[in-house]
Amino acid sequence: MEEKLKYERPVITKINAGMPDKFGMQAKMPVITEIDEIPVKKLIKQYGSPSFIISEKTIRKTFNEAKRAFTSRYPKVQFAWSYKTNYLNAICKIYHSEGSWAEVVSGFEYDKAVANGIPGNKIIFNGPDKSKEDLIKATENGSYIHIDHFDELYELLSVSEKLEKRPKVAIRVNMDTGVYPQWDRFGFNYENGEAWNALNRIMMSEKMDLVGLHTHIGTYMMTPAPYAVAASKLAELAVRIERKFNHKIKYIDMGGGFASKNTLKGAYLPGKDTCPTFDQYAEAISGALINSDLDPNEMPTLFLETGRALIDDAGYIVGSVLANKRLADGRRSMIIDTGVNTLFTSFWYEHEIYPAKEAGSHSEDTTIYGPLCMNIDIIRSAVKFPLLQKGDSYVIKRVGAYNMTQWMQFITLRPKIVLIDTKGETHIIRESETNESLTSHEKIPDYLK
Amino acid sequence: MKLKKNIAVSESGFLFDPNTGDSFSVNETGKKIIELLKEEKTDDEIIKWFAENYEIDKLTFENNFYDFTAVLQNHHLTE
Repeated sequence: MEEKLKYERPVITKINAGMPDKFGMQAKMPVITEIDEIPVKKLIKQYGSPSFIISEKTIRKTFNEAKRAFTSRYPKVQFAWSYKTNYLNAICKIYHSEGSWAEVVSGFEYDKAVANGIPGNKIIFNGPDKSKEDLIKATENGSYIHIDHFDELYELLSVSEKLEKRPKVAIRVNMDTGVYPQWDRFGFNYENGEAWNALNRIMMSEKMDLVGLHTHIGTYMMTPAPYAVAASKLAELAVRIERKFNHKIKYIDMGGGFASKNTLKGAYLPGKDTCPTFDQYAEAISGALINSDLDPNEMPTLFLETGRALIDDAGYIVGSVLANKRLADGRRSMIIDTGVNTLFTSFWYEHEIYPAKEAGSHSEDTTIYGPLCMNIDIIRSAVKFPLLQKGDSYVIKRVGAYNMTQWMQFITLRPKIVLIDTKGETHIIRESETNESLTSHEKIPDYLK
Repeated sequence: MKLKKNIAVSESGFLFDPNTGDSFSVNETGKKIIELLKEEKTDDEIIKWFAENYEIDKLTFENNFYDFTAVLQNHHLTE
């Protein structure tokens, strides 16, 4: 019998002679057939569609790139894993095994860090919401409490009167670093003197140990220059404290906010071409601290709480096409089994999505929808994408940050999360939800039973 | 489904509509469908021919075929 020809979906694309740009675009969409040498097809078969896949190899590689960038420029550096970015225990333990402390922003995250075996004196407690019980626990455990507002400062003063241990504190400082919008909701303002006022009250109280200064200047910072401004301002505060109180602070914490290589909605060029490297952030921060008036013989430790830039690249979603359909004006749309409930970051990123097998060189302008019966469930509003068949697989890249903490249980159940270890073995690190696991939290009043 | 008579398709899949001046690019299977339409084959004949000659089942191809012809209509390439 004569062998049949290889089939590819028929495609016709209108040729538009548009304005050429100097960058050009890749005509053929690349294909991702495997993640860390494991075929996507196999992952879907074994763990279901969709599934989150995390590469431990990429986590460790990225972490060590960041570490090298900073330790080669500054004498004392300490990373603290930002729990809110991804607080799956297995993920936190990978960062802790690389030497990262824990950076938490709630009592829930604090308890998670403790349960992960992190001693209290390696936990940094940020955030505007710390209960009285949280403050007592953090003080007794010797954690670093980053005070966010005066109400917290006074609560801590009141708490410390009844405790044997003195709280180890830093203040969170917000400031003008030349970026818009300026973040002023966290901590005390530098320019209007509030931060200096808070530092004076702490030092005068003699009930707390001022050990550090912290700032979190923004998120997804696409230029390193504001970090240099922020580091200079914190260094200036540290020098003033030493002059006035003869007291040296132990660390300067530059927070997080480093951009990953994802592309923000509305960006003209892809994030992978425009976002700064770890070296550029490190150069800005280290340069500013080294050039400040800080005593070069006793430089404070540089703390970093970067989350997104460390883990985004390590996360993938693998899934399947549910359907293709034409919109009213003839445009193509594709429905996939990952929606905005699972891929929360699609509200602000143009996520990169690729077919998981060769799909031909022709592509069409496509709107990619998730499976939800909601108009807002759009993964990509317009992307050149090859025509896949129902059931074909896809891979979404750079989903490691925030999705596995901010995702919603809405309409569908949340899927499995699978870790590929450095030897290429796979492990489920979070089971998919079931009806039972969700309804176990519900109660029905007797009269409705 | 009837294609406009003066539509021209090259060997490499370049399609030109002299009525509007629009040009298009088609892949190998798209080109084959257009050639069969130009030969005035019926929809059923085309579907049968593809199922016999390509690695595709009849139902999947039928679904893809009607999606493709809807795009031809949308581009005003049919009568």
